[in-house]
Amino acid sequence: MPGVALLVFREVLEAALIVSIVCAATRGVRLRGLYVLGGIGLGLAGALLVALGAGFIAGLASGSGQELLNAGVLLAAVAMIGWHVVWMSRHARELAQHMSAVGQAVKAGSSSLTLLLAVIALAVLREGSEVVLFLYSMAMGGISAGGLIGGIALGVGGGVALGFALYFGLLRIPLKHFFGATNVMLVLLAAGLASTAARFLLQANRLPALGEQLWNTSWLLSNGSLAGKTLGILIGYDASPAGIQLVFYAVTLLLLIGGMRLAARPAAARREAPAAAIPQS
Amino acid sequence: MNRLALAAVLLLWSFAARATDVPEFHLAIQDHAYQPAELKVPAGTKVKLVIENRDASPEEFESTEFNREKIVLPNSTITVYVGPLKPGSYRFFGDFHQDTAQGRLIVE
Repeated sequence: MPGVALLVFREVLEAALIVSIVCAATRGVRLRGLYVLGGIGLGLAGALLVALGAGFIAGLASGSGQELLNAGVLLAAVAMIGWHVVWMSRHARELAQHMSAVGQAVKAGSSSLTLLLAVIALAVLREGSEVVLFLYSMAMGGISAGGLIGGIALGVGGGVALGFALYFGLLRIPLKHFFGATNVMLVLLAAGLASTAARFLLQANRLPALGEQLWNTSWLLSNGSLAGKTLGILIGYDASPAGIQLVFYAVTLLLLIGGMRLAARPAAARREAPAAAIPQS
Repeated sequence: MNRLALAAVLLLWSFAARATDVPEFHLAIQDHAYQPAELKVPAGTKVKLVIENRDASPEEFESTEFNREKIVLPNSTITVYVGPLKPGSYRFFGDFHQDTAQGRLIVE
């Protein structure tokens, strides 16, 4: 049972951290709970399908199907997070002007909420399919039903609890800085996901490494440790990254920050760009 | 235009040639343990690991030290590209049976 609890906990934690950041980023949006639950439900259904079709997926792309699916899912999530943060920056000015209550301000965020629902679904799908295969493996090995159910309950409970802890921690950020802070978290999350996608493509020999293991900080914080895994999700920490992972990380950061900057410029400046000499009030 | 096409073909060909040049090493999973438990591979070059799961249950080949993870379904085989790695000893394990499925990649 401890083995089951530990593995389930690790996978649930990864998904839970992503869900809690998304929840914080959509604070105050109407019907948010429904969207989040819908995303988790879709993700679970997808995870079952992926696990059932694991044999088929494994055979695709001359044996690289698993890596390509993982990379595709991760990059799709990156694109959706990117779209959301750029969209939010574009409307930040108008939101700030009409801001009388938070609820009203972020109501406008609901049109990019569907994207974040998809991010949740993809996160749950990726981690969930692994859990399903693991539980199947355990069941084959003749573990008792009690051990299996106890392990699942402990693992899911622990992972969800830490997700909630992060969420309530984020809520303590003062309102003035709140959406700035959650946007930064989303951008770092996206960069980390892009770096992981690069690692899967490297594993399938679809990308050049540009230097395997550029450095190694395992002695300080290993990828396998709880803190290492948590930082891996939150900011894309990797104890011994390949060069191509850094490229993906940096490109994602630059694209999202550049996109947010560009979108945040006032409409007049946007129209008359690049004549930047116009004095602004 | 023709020259460009020729260059593209040559480039593709060189990639294809390189892919077949990668040395191959074999691992098996049986009774939730790796065989051999220690695998020697050369340093400074990319290698192809071919991992066969002979058990009736799925396993996940994983290493946090050389950063790889891939599910191996029952009675099936996967390939994972690793490296180039510096000389040393790198731990890998079976994520679904960590108490028995432990191994090391000896890079020298």
